[in-house]
Amino acid sequence: MLHSLAADAGLSQKLAPCIVCHGTDGQSQTENVPSLGAQQPQYTVIQLFLFREKMNIADPMTDMAKGLSDDDLQAIAAALAVLPAPRPPTDLGDPARLDRGRTLVEQNHCNVCHRPDFSGQNNVPRVADQREEYLLKTLRDYKSGARHGYDATMAEVLQPLSDVQLVELSYYLAHHR
Amino acid sequence: MPSILPRSRIILLAAVAGGFVATATPVEAQQPPTNPSPSAAPLTAPAPTPATAPAPVPAAPPWAQARPDEAVSANLAPVVPPPIATAPDKLPLSKLKLPKNFHIEVFASGMPQARSLRVGDKGTVFVSTRLLDRIYAVTSSSGRPEVKTILTGLRWPNGIAVHNGTLYIAELNKISKIDNVESHLGDAKATVIYSDLPNYEPHGWKFLVVGPDNRLYFNVGAPCNICMPPATNAQIRSINLDGSDAQIVAHGIRQIVGMDFHPASKVLYFTENQRDWLSEDQPQDKLNRVLNPGKDNFGFPYCAGGDIEDPIYGWGHSCSEFTKPIAQLGPHTAPLGMRFYTGQMFPASYRNAIFIARHGSWNKSHKIGGDVVVAHLNPDGTVKSIEPFITGFIEDNNYVGRPVDMEFLKDGSMLLSDDYNGAVYRITYGPQRQVSRGQ
Repeated sequence: MLHSLAADAGLSQKLAPCIVCHGTDGQSQTENVPSLGAQQPQYTVIQLFLFREKMNIADPMTDMAKGLSDDDLQAIAAALAVLPAPRPPTDLGDPARLDRGRTLVEQNHCNVCHRPDFSGQNNVPRVADQREEYLLKTLRDYKSGARHGYDATMAEVLQPLSDVQLVELSYYLAHHR
Repeated sequence: MPSILPRSRIILLAAVAGGFVATATPVEAQQPPTNPSPSAAPLTAPAPTPATAPAPVPAAPPWAQARPDEAVSANLAPVVPPPIATAPDKLPLSKLKLPKNFHIEVFASGMPQARSLRVGDKGTVFVSTRLLDRIYAVTSSSGRPEVKTILTGLRWPNGIAVHNGTLYIAELNKISKIDNVESHLGDAKATVIYSDLPNYEPHGWKFLVVGPDNRLYFNVGAPCNICMPPATNAQIRSINLDGSDAQIVAHGIRQIVGMDFHPASKVLYFTENQRDWLSEDQPQDKLNRVLNPGKDNFGFPYCAGGDIEDPIYGWGHSCSEFTKPIAQLGPHTAPLGMRFYTGQMFPASYRNAIFIARHGSWNKSHKIGGDVVVAHLNPDGTVKSIEPFITGFIEDNNYVGRPVDMEFLKDGSMLLSDDYNGAVYRITYGPQRQVSRGQ
């Protein structure tokens, strides 16, 4: 009991710097910083690992992940997974744009790996109601190769998509209900 | 459907293990349930109904046409190896089944994504990674295997080969070498010898082997699931050991993660992974051999599995135009590493047989593969039979491990890598378990 309390205290200490930017309730209020509530823990472990091993250099995450043990990565990922999922914006969104986004999602089968509700599975992240500008930056970076995925899946599936389509996809996912 | 194997062989193969050869009748029990009118039904929770009618879905790009709308119900996604290795006491050894008098033990663990295996002259075991940036070396100088990371900062260094003391490394877009590598495990530095390679990430990882002609052989995979590949891709190339004189050895190959040369005939054999999203039970992954170097074309993207004209690219073509596989290895089973057995420890019947690691399917509702099989050959180099060798990596339709590559130690025992657990196992033969090399 004492041990697990100590472990919990250690974990909340490690989580404290995360939630400053990523949000205490799973929802980020900071531009270009993703919401991490209800994120798939396997995905989070992989991303933290890539930061820690300098396989994805992105300030300040490369520094934040430095020195974390494998157990830390798993504990942090598990703790973030039980935070509430990000909420959709109060703005319902432009029906015409949502329609275009839905068409793209179906045409490109985003809903196969990311699941029809975009909650993700295993190493495939939740993208539902993620911050729109973060989604767009991520999609652009995967397409251009500026960000390497853990595997080649996103680099492959984004090849045929235009930048305008990435904008519409981000809008749709950020307004998902 | 034309079969590449005589009927008697089909029966034999079908009897020994599921999923090696296409049978003449469809396996209806394995068909996924039909999703009623998926194109009409909304695929997501209904959003506030837009005022306008849904836009018509434009024609999908070629690679996406390969994914039917119905697939959304199948919950399929590529399985990636975790970046953290499984603790030694959690490895799935007790779940694995081998033929009588074969034994399996942990050789070394704690190597996330352990992939291709090679053994140096002094006994160092080199272990590559696919999606990480590193190469491991396992040394046993103290009697117990000891794991070191000898190189980091590489770009998907799946392919490794050792020849005359030099370690060759094939990354996504370059090939490099470390001379006298076993004397430089603590200060290994790679020198690039060849970089005339495309940067495409899909199927960008390579398999590397040194041929009997002292040349390096490697694949340049198709940069897609299914597409018309650029002229730089979908082929096997070879180069001299200094990187000069690049030649195309074979064409029309989607992706390879295992090649080896027949110990007697010196013919190049390789496993080939076929396209996804065609159906649950087609096409078959393949075992091929190159009898006509420079000329053989194995059919990508026109013909899949050796016997199916591709529904997109196959129009105007016939599978008869292309070099046939010598065996079909099951749909989506992902045969990766393959090695001819030349050691003395295993029974004589295994001599010059091919061990093939089937990594296991993801693009299939009921996972298959996840095993090591052994292909016994006829004197003419064709396949006589295929039998299971190590099974048990799939439990309740989930992986407990995924076999990748094999290599043999001097004593004839087999090493087997498992990238899902980040471990290498050792397989020995004998009435009693061989002396453990430490766990």
